[in-house]
Amino acid sequence: MALKQTTGQKITITIVAWVIGLLLFFPILWTAIAAFKTESDAYTLPQNFLTTPWTLENFGIVQERSDYVLYIRNTVIIAGLSTLLGLVFAVPAAWSMAFAPQSKPTNNWSGYKWLAIIFGSAGLAALVLYFMGWHPTNFLVGIILLLMFVVPVSAWVWTRATKDTLLWMLSTKMMPPAGALISIYLLFNRNGLIYKDWGWIDLSDYNLVDSFWGMVPLVMLLNLPIIIWMLYTYFKELPVEILEAARMDGASLWNELTQVLTPMAMPGIASTCLLNLILAWNEAFWSLNLTNKFAAPLSFFISEYSSPEGQFWAKLSAASIMAIVPILIVGWFSQKQLVRGLTFGAVK
Amino acid sequence: MKSVVKGVLGAFAMAALATTALAADTTLTIATVNNGDMIRMQKYTDDFTKANPGIKLNWVTLEENDLRQKVTKDISTKGGQYDVLTIGMYETPIWGKKGWLVPLKGLDDPKDILPAVAGGLSVDGKLFAAPFYGESSFVMYRKDLMAKAGLKMSDAPTWDEIIAAAGKMTDRANGINGICLRGKAGWGENMAFIGSMANSFGARWFDEKWHPQFDTQEWKDTLNTYLKVMKDSGPAGASGNGFSENLALFQTGKCGMWADATAAASFTIDAKASKVADQVGFTIAPDKGLGKRANWLWAWALAVPAGSKKVDAAEKFISWATSKHYGEMIAAKEGWANVPPGTRTSLYANPEYQKVPFAAMTLASMNAADPLHPTVKPVPYVGVQFASIPEFAGIGTKVGEMFSAALAGQMTADEALKAAQDYTTAEMTKAGYIK
Amino acid sequence: MATNQSRAIGKLALAPSLIVLSAWAFVPLALTIYFAFLRYNLQDPDNTSWFGLSNFYYFLNDPYFVKDFINTILLVGSTIILTITGGVGLAILLDQPFWGRGIVRLLMISPFFIMPTVSSLVWKNLIMHPVFGLFAGIQRFFGSTEPIDWFGHYPLISVIIIVTWQWLPYATLILLTAMQSLDGEQKDAAAMDGAPPLSYFRYIVLPHLSRPITVVILIETIFLLNIFAEIKVTSVGGFAGNLTYLVFSQLNDANDVGAAAAGGIIAVILANIVSYFLVRIVGKNLEG
Repeated sequence: MALKQTTGQKITITIVAWVIGLLLFFPILWTAIAAFKTESDAYTLPQNFLTTPWTLENFGIVQERSDYVLYIRNTVIIAGLSTLLGLVFAVPAAWSMAFAPQSKPTNNWSGYKWLAIIFGSAGLAALVLYFMGWHPTNFLVGIILLLMFVVPVSAWVWTRATKDTLLWMLSTKMMPPAGALISIYLLFNRNGLIYKDWGWIDLSDYNLVDSFWGMVPLVMLLNLPIIIWMLYTYFKELPVEILEAARMDGASLWNELTQVLTPMAMPGIASTCLLNLILAWNEAFWSLNLTNKFAAPLSFFISEYSSPEGQFWAKLSAASIMAIVPILIVGWFSQKQLVRGLTFGAVK
Repeated sequence: MKSVVKGVLGAFAMAALATTALAADTTLTIATVNNGDMIRMQKYTDDFTKANPGIKLNWVTLEENDLRQKVTKDISTKGGQYDVLTIGMYETPIWGKKGWLVPLKGLDDPKDILPAVAGGLSVDGKLFAAPFYGESSFVMYRKDLMAKAGLKMSDAPTWDEIIAAAGKMTDRANGINGICLRGKAGWGENMAFIGSMANSFGARWFDEKWHPQFDTQEWKDTLNTYLKVMKDSGPAGASGNGFSENLALFQTGKCGMWADATAAASFTIDAKASKVADQVGFTIAPDKGLGKRANWLWAWALAVPAGSKKVDAAEKFISWATSKHYGEMIAAKEGWANVPPGTRTSLYANPEYQKVPFAAMTLASMNAADPLHPTVKPVPYVGVQFASIPEFAGIGTKVGEMFSAALAGQMTADEALKAAQDYTTAEMTKAGYIK
Repeated sequence: MATNQSRAIGKLALAPSLIVLSAWAFVPLALTIYFAFLRYNLQDPDNTSWFGLSNFYYFLNDPYFVKDFINTILLVGSTIILTITGGVGLAILLDQPFWGRGIVRLLMISPFFIMPTVSSLVWKNLIMHPVFGLFAGIQRFFGSTEPIDWFGHYPLISVIIIVTWQWLPYATLILLTAMQSLDGEQKDAAAMDGAPPLSYFRYIVLPHLSRPITVVILIETIFLLNIFAEIKVTSVGGFAGNLTYLVFSQLNDANDVGAAAAGGIIAVILANIVSYFLVRIVGKNLEG
């Protein structure tokens, strides 16, 4: 409560706040200290962290033992490309919902009718497949599921009012990954739905498990609802009058986009990118399950320190510090913008 | 429309190809475990690539559980991510029987491989995986602490002797625990130890009709003894200690005894990593007077998945990694103690190697383990500390979790055994073993 | 006003996102439903056959299901209570002027940017280890000979501590932002009236925070239901596993695709119950 303060109160608050702040930050600080100690000193750290010598050797050992450079490269590629790819999808979508919103559904069918269509067609497909003798790794199954689910669902969402479209996007973020883990693994696998010798092209040697071709779209999809939402709330705040004035002056859609909208939207897009970068950087569930090395990010790199041989705390600390420092700095710079994206615009 | 799809897919494939097509060499992707011996091998790959200029090596080094899970998923879905797999005695017979592995040819003197190890890695006389190192388990102890407690370690200890010694050595005020044993859940972690301990107590996983046996007195004795000695003489937080954690404890001088893999021996006497390097003694795993000792048998071995397009290169690599030449090279550069142990008869016949303090005891321990007759009573499965059926990995891990919970004091021994019995019965019923 | 042309282009611009999102939401789910009805063990794929509802039967009767279900609720519930109470307190604190406010704010929100695998390992090894950890060191300093074995004896509480540490900054940051939007005039008026701090908090701050708190609760629920890395890398899955971990373990330890798929479906159903409420709350906000 920002009531009037005396200097004494201010001093008290300052002390309390600093103590709490340092306590919360302490584990990070402690890791940073251990990272600069020798291995056997790290184990006795609580007693003598000031008197023992400082060293840089752990960082070298971590690089030599587990190739940090490879993992940070992978992380940057996955986080960066998934952010860019996400923008490719999200900017048009957010733009469309912010500037050409639809207040009513264009189709008057009730949700139940749509549900009936979606599940009816999927059920029919299943029946046909059953009599054809289907198998889970059959390519046809994939195509038909795709058609039977994706087309009606997209069509349904497409005809909804903008508000409902947004909410539907939000609800896809709530799908627990545990429900998709098995399927995604098998879909990504070499002998999954797509990867076989098709005659005209032999795809049987490709495998999306542990590859950027799999991880980048996956991470993009994980965060796409958040990107769209965040961009939407930014675009919504842009002054429409300027756009209308531009239109009056006869600006084409292209000019409107490139010369009026983009410069105004840049700050919003930039903070969206930062949030997405943070989320993608720290993603753990899919990274731990789907990568081993070639597309493995830093989350995986650290998890391999959960049980190495013998003494490893200084190395663990050094590896941890190397993994978190870049994103910690990004986070510090973007903290104010994060709120909007992390609450789906509910708190600004 | 179709041509467009074709074009797009084609472009996608070309882009994917471009990364691999540039390298005309054969690149072998090797999945391996992050144990010290494997990491050491990665340092010496120059020796292999110089002799085989067309082959490049790409290592995927994973933590043990992670490796098992990922390799299993990959091979069972024919994912083909890896050209060389590091697997153990549990997987090899199961996968070999299913035809998932290539029978190995062109190895360096396969007759020289220890018979117990070769037997565990073969199906119908065909070797499906070449052992990189083999291990049994034994007891490592601190000579100085034994002397301080006024004891002398016997050459063939019983459980009673070990427990008494552990009690005497324990000095919690100075951070000394009489004995360190595995407690971390996992079929390859605590169940490897408890399972082989159970064998020496006469317990077994299943009877001849595949009914789980956790409701027997033998298992009760095993678990109660284990829990009691850990409570009286074990380190704090033992339920989280696996091989690595115990190694760190032993190296920092916190354990009087440590019953674990023979492969740990070289790390305990490595003066660079171990504070107690000059005080370590070795003795065979204890028994209960029933004729079976509590030592397991395990080998990490290299195999080639069936359907691989790089079988020749993979076999060349495996042959190199498991050859006598590799052992000699390590001996010359890092000392005999660091040669991968437990695979070759000739290594143990080598007078230089016999000077290594743990050599004789390792061989004796390995010879004492019998995968076909692991315990006193007959069993329907093969394997000392595991049962070589596909369902075992899941069951062993869950039972390990229950025993680990008992160690942490979250349930009693009886509750843990009951839970293990119920869980295993349900799983075996689901899998169709129990009709 | 939007012209017909721009409306049509707008609709088209929306299509790609809708298609990829619905593919993402439905194709894996559909396959998972299919697998849930199969007896399909990865170690034994030749034996794959129709299994009816048996996977659900075994999954629901698995003692681990009950335990992990309770763990999930405890983990989500207690973390939310801790982060909300802590978050309100810290937000009020940070809303006061004091020296070094910007830096303290940075210190407090930092844990949120730490990747889950790092925070788990750091807490487990450096802080809570019963022999070498900081807590054990502190306990020994005060004369205790048997430091608490956090992950052995209190695995769930340990995980809750880690997760709370990670999510407290989130609650703080959002509630602080909401506090700062509290009308300055209202604050001044309250100060003029000489309203006692407690009733000011009770009648002005709390009502203002009610909506952000609801949002924080719901969003944290969504993320916390899926906590995984904290449980996996600290290896407490056997004692303090949640449903996500149970599904993972069915797939990776037991190699049982059918059981894992059944568990996944159950997790989806639970998450949908929560998201039903979240979507409504956020939806209301859109209109306002």
